[in-house]
Amino acid sequence: MDLRFSEAEIAFRDEVRNFINDNLPADIRAKVRRQVHLERPEIDAWQKILFRRGWGAPGWPVEHGGTGWSVVQRHIFEEETAALDCPPQSPFGLSMVGPVIYTFGSEAQKGHYLPRIVSAEDWWCQGYSEPGSGSDLASLRTRAVVDGEDYIVNGHKIWTTQAQFADWMFCLVRTDFEVKQQEGISFLLIDMKSPGIEVRPIITIDEGHSVNEVFLDNVRVPRRNLIGREGKGWTYAKFLLGNERTGIAQVGGSKRRLRRLKEIARAEHVDGRPLIDEPSFRERLAQVEIELMALEYTNLRFLADAASGRPLGPETSVLKIRGSEIGQRISELAVEALGHYALPYELPREGMNEPPVGPEHGEGLVGTYLYGRAYTIYGGSNEIQRNIIAKMVLGL
Amino acid sequence: MDFDYSDEQRQLKDGVERFVRERYQFDQWKKIAASESGMSEENWRQMAELGWLAVSLPEAHGGLGGGAVETMIIMEGFGRGLVLEPYLSTVILGATLLARGAPEALQAELLPKIGEGRLKLALAIAEHQGRYNFADVALSARAEGSGYVLAGQKCVVLDAPQADKIIVSARTGGGAREAQGISLFLVDRAARGLHLRAYRTLDRRRAADLAFDNVRVDAASLIGGRDRGHGLLSEAIDHGIAAVAAEAVGAMQCLHDATNDYLKTRKQFGVPIGSFQVLQHRMVDMHIALEQARSLALMVNMKLDGPAGERARAAAAAKVQIGQSARFVGQQAVQLHGGMGMTDELTVGHYKKRLMMIDVLFGNAEHHRRRFAEMEGAEAA
Repeated sequence: MDLRFSEAEIAFRDEVRNFINDNLPADIRAKVRRQVHLERPEIDAWQKILFRRGWGAPGWPVEHGGTGWSVVQRHIFEEETAALDCPPQSPFGLSMVGPVIYTFGSEAQKGHYLPRIVSAEDWWCQGYSEPGSGSDLASLRTRAVVDGEDYIVNGHKIWTTQAQFADWMFCLVRTDFEVKQQEGISFLLIDMKSPGIEVRPIITIDEGHSVNEVFLDNVRVPRRNLIGREGKGWTYAKFLLGNERTGIAQVGGSKRRLRRLKEIARAEHVDGRPLIDEPSFRERLAQVEIELMALEYTNLRFLADAASGRPLGPETSVLKIRGSEIGQRISELAVEALGHYALPYELPREGMNEPPVGPEHGEGLVGTYLYGRAYTIYGGSNEIQRNIIAKMVLGL
Repeated sequence: MDFDYSDEQRQLKDGVERFVRERYQFDQWKKIAASESGMSEENWRQMAELGWLAVSLPEAHGGLGGGAVETMIIMEGFGRGLVLEPYLSTVILGATLLARGAPEALQAELLPKIGEGRLKLALAIAEHQGRYNFADVALSARAEGSGYVLAGQKCVVLDAPQADKIIVSARTGGGAREAQGISLFLVDRAARGLHLRAYRTLDRRRAADLAFDNVRVDAASLIGGRDRGHGLLSEAIDHGIAAVAAEAVGAMQCLHDATNDYLKTRKQFGVPIGSFQVLQHRMVDMHIALEQARSLALMVNMKLDGPAGERARAAAAAKVQIGQSARFVGQQAVQLHGGMGMTDELTVGHYKKRLMMIDVLFGNAEHHRRRFAEMEGAEAA
């Protein structure tokens, strides 16, 4: 064990830093810094810049179009991209379905889908939850029945993030109703332009449109779009979850938000002095920052384990639990910091010429707080994560 | 950066585990804790033979030139075994101060003795009115002739009764609570005018309150230069924090494992109590608290040899996390063991008490959170 950065690692850090400074468009950077909601074109623009540099898929092996970076390099890259206000890369392709495809997919699937993820040609969404299957995901009822060279898919998915932008959906479907729940599930790749798919927006408590319902009415999906073997979908879904976990800690995003929170706390005043100098506020700020440091190093330890060939298992649920709690805590403190100006809530609308009410630094924060209540619910609620650790790690 | 142990580090880890297994079973621990000195000279000799007392000393003085990783391995193992010998006081705090601040001749004289197990040290920095602020030094050192005369009090000096020499912070200049004007002196425990009120602590170790009644020391016993002891002391304390962080992780791991086992074996209402979800989730929260502590213990050890500002920030953060995790894990371990957790016959309470000691050592979680928050203020300015 050697806990210092090597010279090569320091050189790599400088290379990443310089690349970002030279290539990240100023308008995108400004939006990220202000925590303004990004649209697909902006996220795509940055993804394409990374792709052209060969850095489109930091976590993937070289043979699939990834960087083949070491754990430490990935850590450095995450640090630098977060510190320098790069947009987050879209997780559904890169962190979720991509690794499933290169681990379990056919050669044809790898050749077709993977390059399109790295180059930002395709956006993906995740068809997991259903109205009757939330925490109890394995009870899902969307069914796929073979008909010649196709499956015919019928069902109803819900909470589908970015379905309104997505080109493809990776979808858990039931192909066998006779066997044990988990064994009847298959993993299908579905073209969102297929006839019979309807996407309906769900407006969340932030009054924004992030999630959707997806209705599948006799949707024809070619059988070649099945990942791996029929009935093995649950295994792939679990693999995906484990693989996704180090990203789900959201260390970079939380660092960025914490930095912004400090700027706000310096600008807002209480009794004639900056809020950041108010002892109670400052200590609560310190508390969450320390917790974030602990999370960052926990993440690093897990990545190091993975790099040493110890596959990541259910112990990574810790990252989901702490990452979501810390993210919520930061946005709660941000709302608190805004004081009265946490209350105006005007949505941007066409033809609005006046600047938003209140200080500019408050833009988007209350919406982020409200939508952020979902952090501890999605991706397996934190209560489910605790069940997983209790059962799988602690053997209770 | 490389997170895997080298072969040598793995051997060290195995060696420490074997030591704890062979020499620190609970009954053995009780015997040593109840002995006159509260430590085992035989164990101390054994540690010297195994090279552990020299592991972090400079190679020029008979040391092995090891770093934070070796110390982490040893301290985590000692945390598991509740090892009683004064390793922290002597090898971590004392030797760090000597190796970084003592004149060459003094280093050449004393450091090899530490490595050979022939010199035990204690660090006297706390004063009652100063609480956890080690710049709050009222004990005075007045220049007189070719030396100094020390007068004042120090409180709760760990391992002082069995130490051969004591390093003490004294004010040679500056005002109350000023960092400037603090000097460090090496004093014989048997020096004339030095009175010890020795006692045992919560975790059955030994400590003493010290009264310096015009104790004379010569100028050669000054460590780190007159008036400039504070920076050196900060560095040694951060080394101390990094070491006890690793020790706390070892102790918490034992509490975690014991509690988890108990949940699987203890039956009520006809089922293991670990089948109840409310207890499962509590156990998971203990697990998370331990993992977070482990992460910051690693971080502070990584940053020990880096820039002073980063080192101090990491040490403060780690001490906060360790203190908070230790309280939660300790309290919940007792709670989940029910009535059994209350008994002196279980190791649970002994680990809990060691963790209480560690929280207070070098300043508790609240103290370091305030410190960390103030560093934030400095960053903002």
